Amino acid sequence: MSAATASTPVSVRPRRKIDWAGGLSTFGIVLIVIYCLAPFYWMLVSSLRPDTEIFENTWWPRHVSFENYQAVFSAKNNFGQGLINSLIVSVVVTVVALAIATFASYALARLDFRGKSVLLLVVLATSMFPLVAIIVPLLKNFSAWGWINTYQAMIIPDLSFSLPLAVWNLTSFFRQMPQELEQSAMVDGCTPGQAFRKVILPIAAPGIFTTAIIIFIGAWNEFLVAVTMINNPVMQPATVLLSKFTGASQFNTPFGSQMAAGVIMTLPLVIMVLIFQRRIVAGLAAGGLKQ
Amino acid sequence: MSANTYVPDVNRRSKSSRAQARLAWLLITPTILVLTIVIILPVFQSLRQSLYGKAGLDPETGFVSDVEPFVGLDNYTAIFTDAGSRFWTAAWNTTLFGVVTVVLETILGVAMALIMHRAMRGRGFVRAAILVPWAIPTAVSAILWGWIFNQNGVANAILGQHIMWASGNATAKLAIIIADVWKTAPYIGLLTLAGLQVIPDEVYEAAKIDGANAWKRFTRITLPLVKPALVVAVLFRALDALRMFDLPYILIGPRKGSVETISMLVQDEASNLRYGSAAAYALILFLYVFIFAFAFTRITHADLGATAPRSGGRRGRRLPATVFLPRRSPSAVGASGAAEPTERSAS
Repeated sequence: MSAATASTPVSVRPRRKIDWAGGLSTFGIVLIVIYCLAPFYWMLVSSLRPDTEIFENTWWPRHVSFENYQAVFSAKNNFGQGLINSLIVSVVVTVVALAIATFASYALARLDFRGKSVLLLVVLATSMFPLVAIIVPLLKNFSAWGWINTYQAMIIPDLSFSLPLAVWNLTSFFRQMPQELEQSAMVDGCTPGQAFRKVILPIAAPGIFTTAIIIFIGAWNEFLVAVTMINNPVMQPATVLLSKFTGASQFNTPFGSQMAAGVIMTLPLVIMVLIFQRRIVAGLAAGGLKQ
Repeated sequence: MSANTYVPDVNRRSKSSRAQARLAWLLITPTILVLTIVIILPVFQSLRQSLYGKAGLDPETGFVSDVEPFVGLDNYTAIFTDAGSRFWTAAWNTTLFGVVTVVLETILGVAMALIMHRAMRGRGFVRAAILVPWAIPTAVSAILWGWIFNQNGVANAILGQHIMWASGNATAKLAIIIADVWKTAPYIGLLTLAGLQVIPDEVYEAAKIDGANAWKRFTRITLPLVKPALVVAVLFRALDALRMFDLPYILIGPRKGSVETISMLVQDEASNLRYGSAAAYALILFLYVFIFAFAFTRITHADLGATAPRSGGRRGRRLPATVFLPRRSPSAVGASGAAEPTERSAS
């Protein structure tokens, strides 16, 4: 792009080059945004079409209708209960994983003890684990204990991916804080525990919050565990219910209400992403990269 | 004043270091316990389960017996017989999805990151837009792409075709790849962008003055400097792609040979109570993923947990070692010091 200007001392040239590059990158940005949002836009538009016009591929529905949204919440779909189930599972998974991981990551990031790097490696290894490798024994155990169709049958396996993620993320957040924090607290007479509670935890709150969002989204999106452990529609989370929506007849897929349900399930996450995008990016970068 | 508080500290040094280690283990125990319960024990149970067959009918009572017969390695050797054809299809699909999606995502993601890095305007908006595919639940995106690839859907309308995407072998695979790349290329782009942003501008300016053109600057500066970040992002994505489940399960359907992955095969076997073969296939996948991750980190010198925490922790450790805990055992510091050169050469 800039090779042409290598040896041109004329002052007009560079300005035109900058405009070119600016125009090109604006074009690229527009492409990226369309790429990311077009399918979501299509879901939104389709959900607003009345059933008779569902196969019309116009850019905007001719008649905006909310009948699909009403259909989603009809008694036979059980979708309201599914959203509640998803919420219960996601909140509990987030709270439990954070509570346990905050302590562990503080120790891993700030304290000195033997076996620390081995532990970090174990945590990293478990976060790369294929979930199906543990689903068989868990399914067997849970059915022996009568846990099929219970919340704990979803929550406990979900910890296998949320806990390592939380430990990994929080460790990198804790490590970014200046070490002098506890030192000065301890010079002032705090025990390590007090230094953690009174000094570190309040400062770490943003990092903990970021991790909470990422874990919540992961748990909200979970499908494999739920579809394996839960066969009672009353207990199924929204992801599983959505995949099993049936229409009026067996051969009639209710695309309109599927799209409406998809919008309902996604909109809270999209709003969360819009509000906290900066934090989420920081969290993803901390989890995926060495800082 | 400060001298007064410092003197008693001298006597408490070794005690406080032991107290620190004790506190550390206390804080870590819950995590170890949970990980043991949800991962480590189940893996060993899987290992044992994979040696057992399906419970048959009890010859005396005629009822379904609850004793599963020990079959040794039969579940593993079954992949070389007729039953294995389904496994090999699934293994091939898993590999295909893993390789193709990750390669496409990496190319697209890096391109996105380069564009976003240059762009000045609307950065916040773009960042939010790019997070949308990541935040959409896979189940929802599978339904959404199923709708797009419907026979009367918008994909066919745009192409002017009447392709039955879900029923064709190649088109079903293509639909999965497109849907997966859409969802995760932005994620790679985001992580690559984070890597790009730590490269100082002076490096580029110096290269420009030396006469390096845009392509040279990209291959000689950008790629090597962003590589550590990119390699980790690609590894995480590849591991995710190798255990792909929801997307093909919902978009095309369960028990569809065209897109069945090993994860789907395991889940199907388990839900049909064939626990033994399910466990065997799961462990084969586990081994596959493990070998892949090991080879990948070796080949690319990916800078993962082994070095990252040490280099970071060292910085934190050095201060208390000199100020607070001068009698720390040198082994920990020495170990991280020894790891330092290899880490440097890797990055």
